[in-house]
Amino acid sequence: MTKQAGPRTGPGPARTRRRSRPLTRNRSPYPYWLYLPAGAVFLLIFLVPTGLAFYFSLTRWTLFDSTFVGLENFRDFLAEQNLRVGFQNTLVYAVLTSGLKVVLGLGLGVLLTGRLRLRGFLRAVVFFPVLVSTVAVGITFSALLRPDTGLVNRALAVVGISGPDWLGDATTALLSVGLVDVWAGVGLATVIYIAGILSIPQDYYQAVAVDGGTAWHRFRHVTLPLSWPATYSVIILSLIGGLRSFEFVWTMTRGGPGFSSDVIASIIYKQYQAGFFGLSTAGNVLLFLIVTALVLPLNHFLGRRQVT
Amino acid sequence: MKTPPPALRTVVAVLATAALTACGASGDEQAGEQAGGSVTLSFLTGSDQSTVDTSKALADAFMKANPNIKIEIENQPGGSEGDNIIKTRLSTGEMSDVFWYNSGSLLQALNPAQTMVDLTGDPVLANVQPDYLPVVSQDGKAFGVPATTLAGGGILYNRKVYERLGLQVPKTWDEFMANNEKIKAANITPVVSTFKDTWTSQLFVLSDFYNVRAATPNFAADYTAGKAKFATTPAAIGGFQHLADVHAKGYMNKGFGSAVLDQGLKMLIEGTGAHYPMLTTLLPAQLENYPQTATDVGFFGLPGTDAAKHGATVWEPAALYIAKTTEHLDAAKKFLAFVASPAGTDAVTAAVRPSGPYRVKGSKLPEDALQVAKDLQVYIDQSATSPALEFLSPIKGPSLEQITVAVGSGLTPPAEGAAQYDKDVEKQAKQLGLAGW
Amino acid sequence: MRSLKRAGAEGVVLLLATVIFLVPFSFMVLTAVKDDVQSADLDFAWPTNWPIVQNLVEVIEARDYILLRAFVNSIILTVASVTLIVIAGAMAAFVLQRRPGRVGAVANFLVLTGLIVPPAVVPTIWLLQAIGLFKTLPGLVLVEVAFGLAYAMLLFRAFIAAIPRELDQAAMMDGCGGLSLFFRVIFPLLRPVTITVVLTSSVRVFNDFVNPLYFLPGDDNATVQVTLYNFQSQYSTQWNLLFMDIVLITIPPLLAFVFFNRKIVAGMTAGSIKG
Repeated sequence: MTKQAGPRTGPGPARTRRRSRPLTRNRSPYPYWLYLPAGAVFLLIFLVPTGLAFYFSLTRWTLFDSTFVGLENFRDFLAEQNLRVGFQNTLVYAVLTSGLKVVLGLGLGVLLTGRLRLRGFLRAVVFFPVLVSTVAVGITFSALLRPDTGLVNRALAVVGISGPDWLGDATTALLSVGLVDVWAGVGLATVIYIAGILSIPQDYYQAVAVDGGTAWHRFRHVTLPLSWPATYSVIILSLIGGLRSFEFVWTMTRGGPGFSSDVIASIIYKQYQAGFFGLSTAGNVLLFLIVTALVLPLNHFLGRRQVT
Repeated sequence: MKTPPPALRTVVAVLATAALTACGASGDEQAGEQAGGSVTLSFLTGSDQSTVDTSKALADAFMKANPNIKIEIENQPGGSEGDNIIKTRLSTGEMSDVFWYNSGSLLQALNPAQTMVDLTGDPVLANVQPDYLPVVSQDGKAFGVPATTLAGGGILYNRKVYERLGLQVPKTWDEFMANNEKIKAANITPVVSTFKDTWTSQLFVLSDFYNVRAATPNFAADYTAGKAKFATTPAAIGGFQHLADVHAKGYMNKGFGSAVLDQGLKMLIEGTGAHYPMLTTLLPAQLENYPQTATDVGFFGLPGTDAAKHGATVWEPAALYIAKTTEHLDAAKKFLAFVASPAGTDAVTAAVRPSGPYRVKGSKLPEDALQVAKDLQVYIDQSATSPALEFLSPIKGPSLEQITVAVGSGLTPPAEGAAQYDKDVEKQAKQLGLAGW
Repeated sequence: MRSLKRAGAEGVVLLLATVIFLVPFSFMVLTAVKDDVQSADLDFAWPTNWPIVQNLVEVIEARDYILLRAFVNSIILTVASVTLIVIAGAMAAFVLQRRPGRVGAVANFLVLTGLIVPPAVVPTIWLLQAIGLFKTLPGLVLVEVAFGLAYAMLLFRAFIAAIPRELDQAAMMDGCGGLSLFFRVIFPLLRPVTITVVLTSSVRVFNDFVNPLYFLPGDDNATVQVTLYNFQSQYSTQWNLLFMDIVLITIPPLLAFVFFNRKIVAGMTAGSIKG
């Protein structure tokens, strides 16, 4: 592999495979038993219960007993009155939050690996929201976004704008929750990007510097392509997170007002809370299928992407 | 790999010690318990202020009277999160000996016959008022004793505001709206609404049930059988219509969509809001910060169409139950018998000033009971009360609170809201596997 | 001129970051030091009274010092879970990235499954009961590891892909294979991402409240987030105490972050992977 080509990225098939074959035949340097610790725990504690749960999606389940009802739960779930709104909201929310996290995370990542003074301080500041529990974030922003006494609208009033009831108005509720989610989660994207940028060998930067490259040149031709592992991770993780997310929706609007900020996961959670365990499990199976259908091709596409 | 670095070894050692001491402590405790011949009861209760205070008062008074029985209180979140924890613990056999839970429709979902100790005919129930028993029963078997007081659900109002504006307690909806107009003219919020805490939005619908029952006496039974619907019963649409009317007239506080219960209670108590559709039980917790709650806040039933038929909807108290998995049945029964006795309610009164009457024979409201409790007592004395629908029918649709928020915010017309709720109810009935759905 | 511009840009960034990230934080701290009546307003007013010590003592003493016990439990839980996640996750991700094929495809799919499928609470309890680990700390550790592996593996896999295979081959010439190849050669190179995984996983485990609530019930076993959850409804009229609890349980992870942050910087100056 030559330096110009850059290291291979993404979990694609290796070009060096042919060369390593003879070795593999005797004893692979990558023995399968390295899977063992992770696989054992995952299989026992995650896959077995999940398999059991999938069976219960075919039953009317009260936790105390269950009656087999076939696909009735799936039919009932799809007949849910607000599923359509929930589905649209889920897509909007996931794209909005993951998009912003990638862009802001990358920007902050570059900034916070640069020669900025107070770099350490800023890193701590950006990462701090990740540490605060969702509940606390929810309470805090609910207070800051209050229509009359909230700080946000007071600040807007200073410049002559009369702000809306951010979380209590059907038109702004989902957007507000999404922005709070970005506030709380961008620190995570940033540390992933910091790791990605720090993993780029210094030689590349030196090579560009010799060519007399500008900062933009450096970013465009070294940082951006070579932090691809980070971009890949942030996109996949935050998109899945966004599609499944309901913690912030739940703590700040409970899907309201009415059903206007419901996402699929919050619809499922409400069913779970109502004690419709079979129905909510069926909803989870469907959500799983939807997310897989969206993420699998994306994962394939991103994973195969080569550095040019 | 080589030997682990010293730092790592220290961590492991600390972890091991911590794990050992953690185990050691609980072991000692159990040994002591057996040696002393005493019993420790675990008692799972909610974590809102008045539930905590009530539970603690009951446990402390009981332990004082029975020094050989120790009660350990475990708190857990309330609301539907709490429901699921209770269901999970019951179904996996990990429930505490005694636990606090709702009466009425929610109890039915716990499979009491399988998971709780049947108290039917037991002396534990000797002091419980007989007409309370149906709400803690399934198939004629009773499982619990009332842990707190009856609550009124309707309109809480600020009496100072009424006095100042010279208003009369309304007996019909029209009188109520006329009052609202005058209150609005005086620059006071007529109807406090706190839709961020979604459950608080349901009160207009739920506490209208006295009026629904007055107009259609068989509603509860027909509704359970799937024959009566909200959308097709004129009286039952009333609650949804009320919400829409109040919103349409602009009687709600600014920012009602993001206001929460605490703000609402504060507005009511301080008199910046005149009416708050709410349960009386929420008030005792406010006394600490706002002593005037006791005198300034009154209660009236949600007004209907006919002044002669005015009455109030009431919520039966939550109950204490014994889990079938208990290993200390005698002690648990002893505790429940104490809870459902005048001595028990006296202990509660000393800690939480009652906001409604007790359901225990021989328990009297104290002189210094809250004004709302006295107002509620008047309705009871006139026999002008009805339990809420959730105590007469096992079905309560889970999405009511979202629907009422949507109707009360003007997002959904009332008739459509009622129809949506019928669908929600149908889903619940199907999940319960009821006949006729 | 240029340095002036630079200083100006830095100033703007600093100001923005401070406003966006620190204003909510100062709101939390301010609320934590107010008295209970004023804190109920949940606004940005300056405290009229400063019952800092009183609030602090009240939160720490609450429910028989539950917070202190919770800290011990949370730290043990976090350290044990994260150690396992990092080691098991990095090992598995290494094979996964380096050895594609049918096994790899299945493993890939399982990683995605782990990220997408929400855990099934009640069946997991049954399973833990069956193997006798329900209501034990090791049981909860296993749960956290199982739910956290997929996330860690995704990160590790993406970053291992950036390590050239020439290194593996060179190491193999030196007689390294399997485990020693991984631990001697690959794992040290993964330092930046390992730190990231440690950070993110610790936060996730430390801030988790759903799993402890279900899998390790009881006051003796409480974790810090569970105390918050309990306080939340219990202190519904005492926001100052709730926020004091929030501030107290946010500080240890913040300190841990500052510590690891130094590590990241150190890693940077030491130079990273040579291509």
